[in-house]
Amino acid sequence: MSFRQPSILPGFGLTFGFTTVFLSTIVLLPLAALVLAAGSMHWSDFVHTVLSPRALGSYRLSFGASLLAACINLVFGFIIAWTLVRYEFPGRNLIDALIDMPFALPTAVSGIALTTVFAQNGWIGRYLEPLGIKVAYTWIGVTLALTLISMPFAVRAVQPALLEVQRELEEAAETLGAGRLYVFRRIILPTVLPALLTGFTLAFARAVGEYGSVIFISGNLPMKTEITPLLIVIHLEQFDYQGAAALGLVMLVISFVMLLAINLLQAWGRRRHVRAAS
Amino acid sequence: MASTAAAISEEGTRPGQHTWLHALVRWFFITVSLTFLAAVLLAPLATVFIMALSRGIDAYLHSFSDPDTLAAIRLTLVTAAVVVPVNTVFGLAAAWAIAKFEFRGKSILITLIDLPLAISPVISGMIFVLLFGLHGWFGAWLQAHNISIIFALPGIMLATMFVTFPYVARELIPLMQQLGNDEEEAAITLGAGGWMTFFRVTLPKVRWGLVYGMVLCNARAMGEFGAVSVVSGHIRGLTNTMPLHIEILYNEYNFVGAFAVASLLTLLAALTLVVKTLVERTGYRRR
Repeated sequence: MSFRQPSILPGFGLTFGFTTVFLSTIVLLPLAALVLAAGSMHWSDFVHTVLSPRALGSYRLSFGASLLAACINLVFGFIIAWTLVRYEFPGRNLIDALIDMPFALPTAVSGIALTTVFAQNGWIGRYLEPLGIKVAYTWIGVTLALTLISMPFAVRAVQPALLEVQRELEEAAETLGAGRLYVFRRIILPTVLPALLTGFTLAFARAVGEYGSVIFISGNLPMKTEITPLLIVIHLEQFDYQGAAALGLVMLVISFVMLLAINLLQAWGRRRHVRAAS
Repeated sequence: MASTAAAISEEGTRPGQHTWLHALVRWFFITVSLTFLAAVLLAPLATVFIMALSRGIDAYLHSFSDPDTLAAIRLTLVTAAVVVPVNTVFGLAAAWAIAKFEFRGKSILITLIDLPLAISPVISGMIFVLLFGLHGWFGAWLQAHNISIIFALPGIMLATMFVTFPYVARELIPLMQQLGNDEEEAAITLGAGGWMTFFRVTLPKVRWGLVYGMVLCNARAMGEFGAVSVVSGHIRGLTNTMPLHIEILYNEYNFVGAFAVASLLTLLAALTLVVKTLVERTGYRRR
């Protein structure tokens, strides 16, 4: 088999060449620099950096808060997607368009705005303060920021899947005497499960790497409210490039595993879909 | 006929409809959705404008006369003006190569193009510091030749280019694959040249996808914080983009100034969503 199949269309050499050269310069070469910088470290230095107590504390917060945010989005993402797909109410189209706001809104803006709203004297923070809930400058604030910025991923993943749920099946089940919960468990959930999991993984993957919105609300106390991306920045500011690269590599590897998981989930979803259709 | 239909629907022949339970569930879902969105989305958005205008409209407008703020706005515009066209050209080239031809390793290429989306912004900035920073691979050579990339405009552009790299391409690739090659092949067979086919046949076909991708690319380019923060050096008036300037003003407790700049970026985000919604109205696929 040759490299490419013949076609009468021109421009393969030009476009393919430009694509690969540009991709290599802007994306692959810089990423190789990261891998090599971390790889040039002595093994014991690498382990010492990535397993230092401060690094472990940052992983705990970054991954813990991202996991929690993804779980929150799993629930609220489904509820919001369900509301937008199934119900008519005034302002629905506006709400639907607003879901993408965290995509379009710069993270620094989300960061300072959330901090202001949830600070002790903020609109919502002042009502949570008497209840003993401090949001800004704690891990709760970090989770909140991550929830906001990863929310669209959860909603947008579930929405198309919910549209595909066959209403006839639900109605048939109900005429046969099934309760709403039973219909949900046996008809709706199986259809949207791959989409829910995809949304969950996408939200988690986005949240783990987030920097801009978190640093304003987190307070950035080492071991307590310091996320891994911030620790990388601190290493860079001290010109400890290797340490930064080591932590970056750890995050990169985890991101790749996540990406792989997303692809497997989507393949699983397609297979289920094909099987259901045939 | 009509009255019969109405009577039937009032009796609730459609199972699960018009029951008190259904109404309760509906009410519950809408309330939970709106409350959640109001708390985490609408309240912060409203705060931006209320804080920006908290000392009155004069103070708001006055904050834009600060030369550092103006420099930040200019830098953000210049960066986007370079990055968006470059990534658009790349997106068109990548989509042409991938959608019009069958070759080995295509899926790997698509995955590599999407790669920057999966990478933390901080890492996206750091990789350029590792390459071009003072202690980076090319650091000594660049210093010897008096070229500054990190803590200067080229670094900001490179980092922004990296994070916005996939936006146009990932919009155009599936669209061009879906639209097929028939018209292009007809044009070529009829004697049109490659460029003519591209400008007269392909470009009009994919124009909405192109607009969609460019708008999202622009929003991310103007709003990027993490990657640019790592490479910029935060030099006021020189290497401070709008999002970075927000951070500096905020940390100086200049809340009116910080939220005034934030309000511009919020308006940009709103404009992005409007264009996006309008493009979706044209029948371009929903996401």
